[in-house]
Amino acid sequence: MSARLQAVPRWAWLLLAVAAAVAFPYVVPQIITSLLGGSSGDDLFQASVETLAYVIMALGLNIVVGFAGLLDLGYVAFFAFGAYAMGWLGSGWFAEVDFHLLVSKASETLPGIHVNFLLILIAAAAFTGFFGAVLGAPTLRLRGDYLAIVTLAFGEIVPRVLENWTAVSNGRQGITPVDRVYFPGYGELDYPIDLYGVYFVALAMVVITLFINVRLRDSRLGRAWVATREDEVAAAAMGVNLVRVKLWAYAIGAAFGGFSGAFLGTFRNVVNVDQFEFGFSVFILCMVIIGGMGNIWGVILGAIALSMLDRFLLPQLDSISDTLGLGFSFTSINFGIFGFFLLVMMVLRPEGFLPNRRRRLELHADELDAAAAADRIAQPAPGEELYEARR
Amino acid sequence: MEAAAVPKPRQDPVRRVLAAVWGNILWVGLLAWIVVYFIHNPTATLTDLKDGLSNGTIWALIALGYTLVYGIIELINFAHGEVFMIGSFITVALWLALGVTADSGFLAIAGAILGALVVASLGSASLNVMIERVAYRPLRNAPKLAPLITAIGMSFILQNVGSLWYDLPTSAPNLIDSQKVTFTVFDVGIKNSDIFAVAVTVPLLVALLWFVGATRYGKAMRASAQDPDAARLMGINVDRTIALTFFLGGLLAGSAGLIYALYNGTVNFRQGFTAGLIAFTAAVMGGIGNLKGAVVGGLLIGVVQAISDRHYGQQWTPAVVFAILILVMVFRPQGLFGEETREG
Repeated sequence: MSARLQAVPRWAWLLLAVAAAVAFPYVVPQIITSLLGGSSGDDLFQASVETLAYVIMALGLNIVVGFAGLLDLGYVAFFAFGAYAMGWLGSGWFAEVDFHLLVSKASETLPGIHVNFLLILIAAAAFTGFFGAVLGAPTLRLRGDYLAIVTLAFGEIVPRVLENWTAVSNGRQGITPVDRVYFPGYGELDYPIDLYGVYFVALAMVVITLFINVRLRDSRLGRAWVATREDEVAAAAMGVNLVRVKLWAYAIGAAFGGFSGAFLGTFRNVVNVDQFEFGFSVFILCMVIIGGMGNIWGVILGAIALSMLDRFLLPQLDSISDTLGLGFSFTSINFGIFGFFLLVMMVLRPEGFLPNRRRRLELHADELDAAAAADRIAQPAPGEELYEARR
Repeated sequence: MEAAAVPKPRQDPVRRVLAAVWGNILWVGLLAWIVVYFIHNPTATLTDLKDGLSNGTIWALIALGYTLVYGIIELINFAHGEVFMIGSFITVALWLALGVTADSGFLAIAGAILGALVVASLGSASLNVMIERVAYRPLRNAPKLAPLITAIGMSFILQNVGSLWYDLPTSAPNLIDSQKVTFTVFDVGIKNSDIFAVAVTVPLLVALLWFVGATRYGKAMRASAQDPDAARLMGINVDRTIALTFFLGGLLAGSAGLIYALYNGTVNFRQGFTAGLIAFTAAVMGGIGNLKGAVVGGLLIGVVQAISDRHYGQQWTPAVVFAILILVMVFRPQGLFGEETREG
């Protein structure tokens, strides 16, 4: 980055980014429609709302993987918890119960539990955060790849249980319809017909998440996470309470998964088990890694790039594949493409596109050590013998 | 051995037994679980044992691949399940191309099975070596999580290769008349598929144990596993030894793929992920890095699956297996026979 660009204060960049995000739905979909025709602009708008939700999840996973260095392969479980919290508290699923809290006139007459979306958001984050700590607790003794596999197993068990325990989850059919976002005094948002309102709700959620993330990163807890990641033993010796620090990482990371999951539950209007596959955990992990583990801005960039690729670009490419008669659809091999990204990134640039400086040093520790050693051998300090001569 | 000189305080034998039980509570619990079902319904449980053991040979063969690789470079080869899946696909593709069916003559069928065994094993083995070269070797000195992430990437790539190859579940020609009951012991019908699975697996296991235990290459593998730097100083080409390990793992996964195709009758591109996790559970149960442990773990997990299928329903079996995986990894990471691992 040139010196002139660096002179621009950070808050100005932030303001610019928020302004761009606010202007985005009024400008870009229209341009895309005029360029590509068809429903491409609406598709892009739809995809961008989902992208915002994925940004929140990527930021949540970044706390666990990027800050605290705990490779979590079961993040999809927290998406599931959040989405089901939305489904349970904001639909007619528990028809025998009649409970209404701050919901629209239309919902008030319906059977089931209907709670205002904003309250569900808070409940979902708290509920999921609690489960994050519960699922994290048994893994505290584990390190590295064992930890990763145990989280993966949790991420597989949760959807399997939800799939088979149909009394609670309605299995593969899922819970539908789900209540829409409602603001008392303003009214119910009218998505999927009108996406503007729901886009701004998602954007506000991203801004909240971002604020919490930045503040956490610079907090005492954030520094404890980095210390734990770099060297557990040293961190413990310095007085970091490993158990507490790791549990907070799991809980807070999971809470964002639930926060975003609840939103996706209402936005997609259905909560069913098919959404919660292992591939989704890897999808979010891929965002974190491509963007740059531990760097908040990198992770946001990675999340936008990958989810736009998955939700917008690949479906667009499919029409090209159809016209050319390639015989396969790009959307069906999306995970192969993400897998390829993971592979190439890890081999060529493990620190991601926008690396976290400290993280890069960790990932290249070997090369740096080797280079330093080579330096020492090549240039012995003045007056220093290369080999010690013994008499 | 200086500790032996210090007189040990005499331990109460009852307490010693209790301590041993507590230390192995997972195994005691598992055994008790099987015994309870056996008393409850002996014939059904014997059938489950038979099904579990013959199906378990497949998990054992795959688990050996995990354990061989983990033993030498301490890496979970996450793509191993997909290597097994590709082995199945090669088998089925070859038979469909040759046009062999159950009605072909005995010689044609025997030739087709042997030929497919060789082709699928070599194909899977080469694939595994290639994976090592592309995804793991460049990261030999990187932090340990880096190769795990590339392994996941590789696994997804292969899964999509599989989905482009056969996007729907594809039936394998039923060359051995799998479901035919050959003979009955204690009211348990032994099917052709059971005999086939055991008949292919046992020679492979014996050959593998001989190879690792008694040949120069096996010695090189064990040496590299113990201390790669010392092995290198002794003139062992460690890179080549690691490639050989992946080759062996791939061979076994390819043969497991062939057995699976005949045993289950259909192959599909999702089989690798599930099989991989089941076999990994088996490897961890037996103590990862321990060859005999992987075999015992594979057979055990097969039995657990068969009993769970019958009593809780097939849809719960994956959750049961994953729960065992978590319990073992958290409470007994060294497994049944393994020594304390660094991960523990």
